[in-house]
Amino acid sequence: MSAKQRPLSPFMIGPYYKPQMTSILSITHRATGAGLVVGTLLLVYWLAAAAQGPEAYEHAQKILGSMLGQLFMFLWTWALFYHLANGIRHLFWDAGRGFEMKDATKSGWWVVWSSIILTFLCWLIAAP
Amino acid sequence: MAQFKLPANSVIGKGKTYYAGAGAKNVKRFQIYRWDPDSGENPRMDTYEVDLATCGPMVLDALLKIKNEVDPTLTFRRSCREGVCGSCAMNIDGINTLACTYAIGDIKGEVKIYPLPHMSVVKDLVPDLTHFYAQYTSIKPWLQTITPPPERERLQSEEDRAKLDGLYECILCACCSTSCPSYWWNGERYLGPSILLQAYRWIVDSRDEFTGERLDNLEDPFRLYRCHTIMNCTKTCPKSLNPAKAIAEIKKMMVERR
Repeated sequence: MSAKQRPLSPFMIGPYYKPQMTSILSITHRATGAGLVVGTLLLVYWLAAAAQGPEAYEHAQKILGSMLGQLFMFLWTWALFYHLANGIRHLFWDAGRGFEMKDATKSGWWVVWSSIILTFLCWLIAAP
Repeated sequence: MAQFKLPANSVIGKGKTYYAGAGAKNVKRFQIYRWDPDSGENPRMDTYEVDLATCGPMVLDALLKIKNEVDPTLTFRRSCREGVCGSCAMNIDGINTLACTYAIGDIKGEVKIYPLPHMSVVKDLVPDLTHFYAQYTSIKPWLQTITPPPERERLQSEEDRAKLDGLYECILCACCSTSCPSYWWNGERYLGPSILLQAYRWIVDSRDEFTGERLDNLEDPFRLYRCHTIMNCTKTCPKSLNPAKAIAEIKKMMVERR
């Protein structure tokens, strides 16, 4: 029996490996990073529209001001704060600090809550 | 490329159920991954009802009871039954741990047991560790020196010896490496938490004279730097060691020596 025919043991997070703060926060960091790139493209579109003229700018404002646009902007703000907060957590790790499991769990919750609070704070301040 | 699905030959089917006798007092159901290399079939989940009233407290006790009394074909590794050898490492209730030191009482509901994740399965709960051991060999896990051997043993101060605490206790059970998503997806080239902890054990040993060469060997985008500080390794280590911290220390030394 060759090793090629052997099955691969199950591994996926969720059905086979318990979702835990460690892996979930890590994958969220990656996902928000990718999301930020998409958001940045939108930002470029908005700036380009502003440079093009009042008509294009008005059109862009309409898109971004729509329900869907606002929701996307809100999520983008959260992704920004999450990526920022978790990035600071990574800086501490890079300095060799915060590796005890209880510290890592604490800093994880700190990232989750601060990203949520900062997002709402940002929208409260920015709301006209 | 990251893989999210099991290949066709690895998809798990439904298996048989072995019921406990009528006299059983405290029944617990164990769902166990089975694969028989001779059958030509896909893996399956067999269910065994175990009477805890006549079973020892640990998951390994239940596995041994099943093998002795119900189904002698159930295959798994075990040896010391006290968390020293690392043979009975497997995925129990969604985390990697040692069957011999994990209490059945700590598991709610049915107990699901799989082999260590993302490994080639030899049979049932036995994964192929050939590649894992080859990676261990690659870090040269022995004392390397150029100075001639002294008349007596090579001495070490108490402080230098203390640097090995939390490292020498590793039993190479592979629980941490196979809990690491990075190792699942880049295990061919990424050394994984277990082997990197072992590498660090020799890097910080004051008696070793090949520290630079050891670091050179790890200075590689894959071997070391596929670690993204997910920390599944530290979370799951049945010996409560900290591979994530050991890897961070290696990364720090890489920067400091520039």
